[in-house]
Amino acid sequence: MNALRALYRGVMNQVGIIRQSPLGTVGALIVVFYVIVAIVTPFLAPHDPWATLKDSSGHIASLRPPSAEFWLGTTFLARDMLSQMMWAARTTVFIGLVSGLISIVIGANIGLFSGYYGGRTDEALMRFTDIIYGMPFLPFIITLIALFGRSQSFVILAIVVIVWRTSARVVRAQTLALKQRQFVLAARARGCGDLRIIYRHIMPNILPLLLLYTAFNIAWSIIAEAGASFLGFGDPNHLSWGGMLYEMWISGQSRTAWWWFAFPSIAIISLVSALVFISRAYEEVANPRLRQR
Amino acid sequence: MLLELDNLSVSYATRAGPVQAVDGVKLGIGENEVVGLAGESGCGKTTLIRSLLRLLPKGARVTADRLAWKGKDVQGMSDREFRRQIMWNEISLVPQSAQASLNPVYRVGDQVIEAIDEHASMSPAAARARVEELFDLVGLEPRLISAYPHEFSGGMRQRAMIAMALVLDPALVIMDEPTTGLDVLVQERIIRKIRELREKSGNSILLITHDISVIAEMSNRIAIMYAGEIMEVAPAIELFEEPVHPYTLGLKNAFPSIKQIGKPLISIPGSPPNLLNGVQGCPFAARCPFAVDQCRNERPPFSEIAPGHVAACHRAGEAKMMRTQAAEKETWQFSKSAA
Repeated sequence: MNALRALYRGVMNQVGIIRQSPLGTVGALIVVFYVIVAIVTPFLAPHDPWATLKDSSGHIASLRPPSAEFWLGTTFLARDMLSQMMWAARTTVFIGLVSGLISIVIGANIGLFSGYYGGRTDEALMRFTDIIYGMPFLPFIITLIALFGRSQSFVILAIVVIVWRTSARVVRAQTLALKQRQFVLAARARGCGDLRIIYRHIMPNILPLLLLYTAFNIAWSIIAEAGASFLGFGDPNHLSWGGMLYEMWISGQSRTAWWWFAFPSIAIISLVSALVFISRAYEEVANPRLRQR
Repeated sequence: MLLELDNLSVSYATRAGPVQAVDGVKLGIGENEVVGLAGESGCGKTTLIRSLLRLLPKGARVTADRLAWKGKDVQGMSDREFRRQIMWNEISLVPQSAQASLNPVYRVGDQVIEAIDEHASMSPAAARARVEELFDLVGLEPRLISAYPHEFSGGMRQRAMIAMALVLDPALVIMDEPTTGLDVLVQERIIRKIRELREKSGNSILLITHDISVIAEMSNRIAIMYAGEIMEVAPAIELFEEPVHPYTLGLKNAFPSIKQIGKPLISIPGSPPNLLNGVQGCPFAARCPFAVDQCRNERPPFSEIAPGHVAACHRAGEAKMMRTQAAEKETWQFSKSAA
């Protein structure tokens, strides 16, 4: 009961931060919309996204523009766009959340330990980060997929390996500043160990920054996933918006079927911008100077 | 004796070479005693106490002939043991700039409880009761236990830090500049509070400050530190009435006296020596109007002037003469022409 109340309070705190910024509110609503879509898709999708559909007069419904029968039109292979979009949202939200969260956990820990211990630990961890910084995303995922095949887990792995690096550097910089603060010395005098100081005294002080970078990492993961899928490196068993654009592109219908590229593109753009709007709301907390603008 | 230090030195490794921040300190603190440690900024006061509590940064090297707590040398103790047995249970600290020593994201009471949890096993209810008791003792309302540090004024934060230091009733409380950065009225209140607490609990206090008036008001015994070395230790009244060391004489001149309104203050010319690579002879020799060749080459030993009164000066025997001359402004102008 206590834990529930604490959780409720924590969530309401975050809601309060986001609501202070109108853009953040819009962003949050968009994200909530896509998350709900992702959850209800199996029950509400009007058609099997892989089925070849016929219209009411029995013809194969190939490349139909949006209509009352097919709200978002159909693809070249007569598949329902709306159902495909919904299943794709599921994939995108899943990959975005999972890789965004894993990467912030890795980035934050590397940053915290690097900044707190300094010296050789710092040197080793930061040179490792530099190496990762040198790795370009596309060649990396191409190699990974050439070696192991197209699968969702390798897409997530490729994204995580690339995305954590920025958060590690930023968290390290903040930790360097915080560990000099008097309250860290006071905590040490009181007998707190290193881990307690790192997780209980320093981390809560960079929480707004962590949330900012969580939103950022999720946005980046979604773009990366869409990019990889568009180039044909996505998991063929899971629909994704980038994958739909890829199908559109190889079918050669990009000039005729506007609905085929418009809806997935709008979905990618709106979800990523929504996440950036949210991170903007956190940035105003993490960096109060922005508020006056 | 609670705490005994003999020949304690601390050096910092820097790129330019070792800096001797504390050099050959000998000091003892007895039970139920307030010892003041005074000296100008940068003379090594804070380094000295951090070396006692093992709070120095990496790169600092501590050596001592003896560093004993209640008669037992603690130098061989592992950090873990030291933290368990001595820290906070026996010696606690009110850190410098206590106002910044509270973590802004936690309630003040929780931070005091953290100090209890790290060192003693107490039920949450008992810990809470103890915090309430201490808040009451330092004059903070109990409802402030669940307030955040930003809701506190500077003086309240200072009192909260004092409460935190007293929470396990340690035998010795080290207070590093407990009144710096507070206005005079708040200073006065804090000092009165500390004195009251001491009368009630009987712990010893090591009081560090560069504010002579605070030390004069509170201490039984005063140690004067300069450039990492102890210059003179004496009972409080004796130090002010019959100082021996020329540096103490200079310090005394630099503080206004209520008996001499309108008389200009005499300051000590020059600045403290660079401690890189250590200092030969007496560290004060370059600024001392009474320095002779011996002072520049040979480190003065502690000589006992009276029971409980020691000074590290080659010319300690000529104290009377130095005292009269040091009161004259001309005496201190020598080095301007010399330099």
